[in-house]
Amino acid sequence: MFNKLEEIALEERGKAEQYTHTINVCTAAGCASSQSDAVKEALENEVRNHGVEKWCRVRGTGCMGLCAAGPLVAVEPEKPDEVLYQYVKVEDAGDIVASLEDKPVERLRCSTDIPFFTRQKKIALENSGYIDPESIEEYIARDGYSALMKAITEMAPSDVIDEIVASGLRGRGGGGYPTGLKWTTVAKSDGDTKYIICNADEGDPGAFMDRSVLESDPHRVLEGMAIAGYAVGASQGYVYVRGEYPLAVARLKTAIRQARRANMLGSGIGGTLFNFHIDIRLGAGAFVCGEETALIASIEGKRGQPRPRPPYPAEFGLWGKPTLINNVETLSSIAPIIRNGGDWYAQIGTATSKGTKVFALAGSINNTGLIEVPMGTTINDIIYEIGGGVSGGGQCKAIQTGGPSGGCIPADYFDTPVDYESLAKLGSIMGSGGMIVMDESSSMVDVARFFMEFCMTESCGRCVPCRVGTVHMYNILDKFSHHEATPRDLVLLEKLCDMVRNTSLCGLGQTAPNPVLSTLRYFRNEYVEHMVTETNGSGPVTKQMEVAQ
Amino acid sequence: MSNKATLATVWLDGCSGCHMSFLDIDERILELAELADLVYSPLVDNKEFPEMADITLIEGAVSSEEDYHKIKMVREHTRILVSLGDCAVTANVPAMRNRFSVQQVLDRAYLENAVLNQHIPVEVIPPLRKLSVPVHQVVPVDVFIPGCPPSADNIFFALTELLAGRIPEMRTLTRFGA
Amino acid sequence: MKRPFKTRIKTLKIDGIDVGAREDETILELAQENGIFIPTLCHLEGVHDVGSCRLCLVEVKGSNKLFPSCMTYAEEGMEVITNSERLQTYRRQVLDLLFSERNHVCAVCVSNGNCELQWMAGKLGITHVGVPYLYPQLAVDASHPYYAHDPNRCILCTRCVRVCDEIEGAHTWDVMGRGVDCQIISDLNEPWGLAESCTRCGKCVQVCPTGALFTKGKAVAEMKKRHEFLPYLRSMREGRNE
Repeated sequence: MFNKLEEIALEERGKAEQYTHTINVCTAAGCASSQSDAVKEALENEVRNHGVEKWCRVRGTGCMGLCAAGPLVAVEPEKPDEVLYQYVKVEDAGDIVASLEDKPVERLRCSTDIPFFTRQKKIALENSGYIDPESIEEYIARDGYSALMKAITEMAPSDVIDEIVASGLRGRGGGGYPTGLKWTTVAKSDGDTKYIICNADEGDPGAFMDRSVLESDPHRVLEGMAIAGYAVGASQGYVYVRGEYPLAVARLKTAIRQARRANMLGSGIGGTLFNFHIDIRLGAGAFVCGEETALIASIEGKRGQPRPRPPYPAEFGLWGKPTLINNVETLSSIAPIIRNGGDWYAQIGTATSKGTKVFALAGSINNTGLIEVPMGTTINDIIYEIGGGVSGGGQCKAIQTGGPSGGCIPADYFDTPVDYESLAKLGSIMGSGGMIVMDESSSMVDVARFFMEFCMTESCGRCVPCRVGTVHMYNILDKFSHHEATPRDLVLLEKLCDMVRNTSLCGLGQTAPNPVLSTLRYFRNEYVEHMVTETNGSGPVTKQMEVAQ
Repeated sequence: MSNKATLATVWLDGCSGCHMSFLDIDERILELAELADLVYSPLVDNKEFPEMADITLIEGAVSSEEDYHKIKMVREHTRILVSLGDCAVTANVPAMRNRFSVQQVLDRAYLENAVLNQHIPVEVIPPLRKLSVPVHQVVPVDVFIPGCPPSADNIFFALTELLAGRIPEMRTLTRFGA
Repeated sequence: MKRPFKTRIKTLKIDGIDVGAREDETILELAQENGIFIPTLCHLEGVHDVGSCRLCLVEVKGSNKLFPSCMTYAEEGMEVITNSERLQTYRRQVLDLLFSERNHVCAVCVSNGNCELQWMAGKLGITHVGVPYLYPQLAVDASHPYYAHDPNRCILCTRCVRVCDEIEGAHTWDVMGRGVDCQIISDLNEPWGLAESCTRCGKCVQVCPTGALFTKGKAVAEMKKRHEFLPYLRSMREGRNE
């Protein structure tokens, strides 16, 4: 079977060699929204018009990262003379094709020597932008599914888990739970039926890492799931993907179909006795369904509400069976780890946070887009080097990481290396990788209010603190934004933060106060500036606002 | 003036049931009179709120502009402010109109349900505020006596404790609505 | 080597009292068995627990987290604290939030004097609500021939949902919406009187802790609920299954 994979790879590489020139057009969501489809069509027409279709091909690929400058077109990718074009319009297609045997079109050129490209280290995104996400052959030509074959033919399930443990990989969905440990617990749980779930219910405002991976390289997620299935003894997997990602869903469906046909999914994978099936389940737009127990309830056809843990899904998950839930990015890192060994992965990153992490840069930053950097890269490097600094040339005031569960980190702490522990120490979290950059004009009170509104509307309504507490916190923050808050509102706000954080049922409620707490920690003066001073001079102002005596 | 403590009672948006319940302490009012002078109240004929009252009992929610200004004034001239009864403590029945706009409420009362002389009065009657709220959402309150109305025993207990210089522990004695 | 036996009996401490437990007993059950009061509004003996009211949270020595005692099972050597100052504060805050969420007017409620929410407020020492009231707009559903549903008094404990589903087997009730907009609905959000799945058994009315579900024709303070039937039904059914 190895041979068959190699055959496909050889054939595909041979096909690629027929062409002396390749033009890649990004067709992931960012560029697609600036009409990259039309650009691709125009390029195809021009190739035909110039009569060069024999030696030049036009491919739609996944995300190239620099979403701010889309649509992006790469000529001769992976070769030393690669040329990257930015802001490409339909009209530019003729010039680009005409330039193939001549000098590149300078007016469209985007330098690839800039830190945005040179400072990244791509593992989860290694194929993004280089392959057609709708072609399994191109994935296989870049070593796709070789990790799965290696695992199921050469390794015992426990060896696979050992590699993951050795890699030091931690959950990329937010919590940072050691992936190897999670796999071990599911593997050790009793039961003949176990499930693998890929959590693709990415919902943090400003985060689009998982979306990009699914749209650019869906097969690596499937391969990661199959390896996980082999390691823990599961033969059925579900991808729980949010319904708002139609392109990702379409590409996943194509990928599953192709993988089945290539015998990389289904019964008797690669001629072995290992079976693994994957089905897609669509979320209906509830943020809370990213919480694992709510996600499981949703797959079971129930109302998407979390339940108290323990029991954890590793023991009692989907339909009461042991279930492994990993995030898209985590599963994307599995194949390279199996291919290159856990020790290779563990060399990258810091002592406690290994490997690389994908971040979605958004907000007031020049290079909006997706980046993948080794753990331990400082925030300064990410914002000013890779991100190209604040848009408009202003000063960066703070960054927000971790979405509605995270916090704001002020500019004073930008020399902090990005890893799970350092961010937690600053009162934020790694989260799934959203990084929103805010310049001097941003009001931190408004930032807190925005995230609180998000949590309030996304609360499932099961437990009292989250259901009602978030509404009161939002109302108070709204008073602050309108300069109507009083000192007793601040006291009440802090009490509610403490209460909601400690008494809510699930992670959504427990972390909902984080944006408020972190902005209070670093920007308390802004809250004070947003208050009105009480003028009636009546007694101690805090006394009656005590939430309970 | 004696050097007895001064006691005031104020009637905002309530049914006066709490004042009635206060009167239900019956002959114990003589005991109370030993300890305090009732210096301002719907029950006595004194139009001016004193410069400083030691204890003021508030009945009723804050519903109108008059209520609002009155409670602000009373707070400034009171040492210990007591929310007496559910309307003062929770806004209770007066707050049931909060789900409707002031205009809807006035229309209902003075036009739809009026048989004679259908018109919304604009003079004499103080304008309603948007929401009818508990007293402690407008000014700080020191003691809460829930109940609809609080029993005479509870009122008497609270007052004697206060007059003895102690903050009464009402938690185990009263509840909302009873 | 696999351990050749499985322990089913645990010993632990609740508020310093030594307690013997089966492994399938919750902290809440054990506390009740031993005369220790833990407040709860969503727990209902006879149906499964959801851990949503957060009143029954307890501390466990060695952990910063708080645990819902209705869904936390006995563990060997556990030391549970049920009534610390911190817990009391949080519980009062939970009640504050519940009172502020809907339009609870005890004075004119059919359940005045027989309401678990009102009783709990007294028990936990709430004399006033520290957060502003939200005053939502909610319509009363009196379309059912025998009963009425007043969402203004609902605390979303979902006892009605669970008893209807698990005991009566009708599943007339469910929850609609998100966050503070959640509402209990009958069938697919039809008026209760038109809900075809309803068997008119009235179990939901009897287990409702407040006056949100009540028998028609009751005036203020007249609605007394009886849910003794539930453990009885449960034990009779379990007995039959054996």
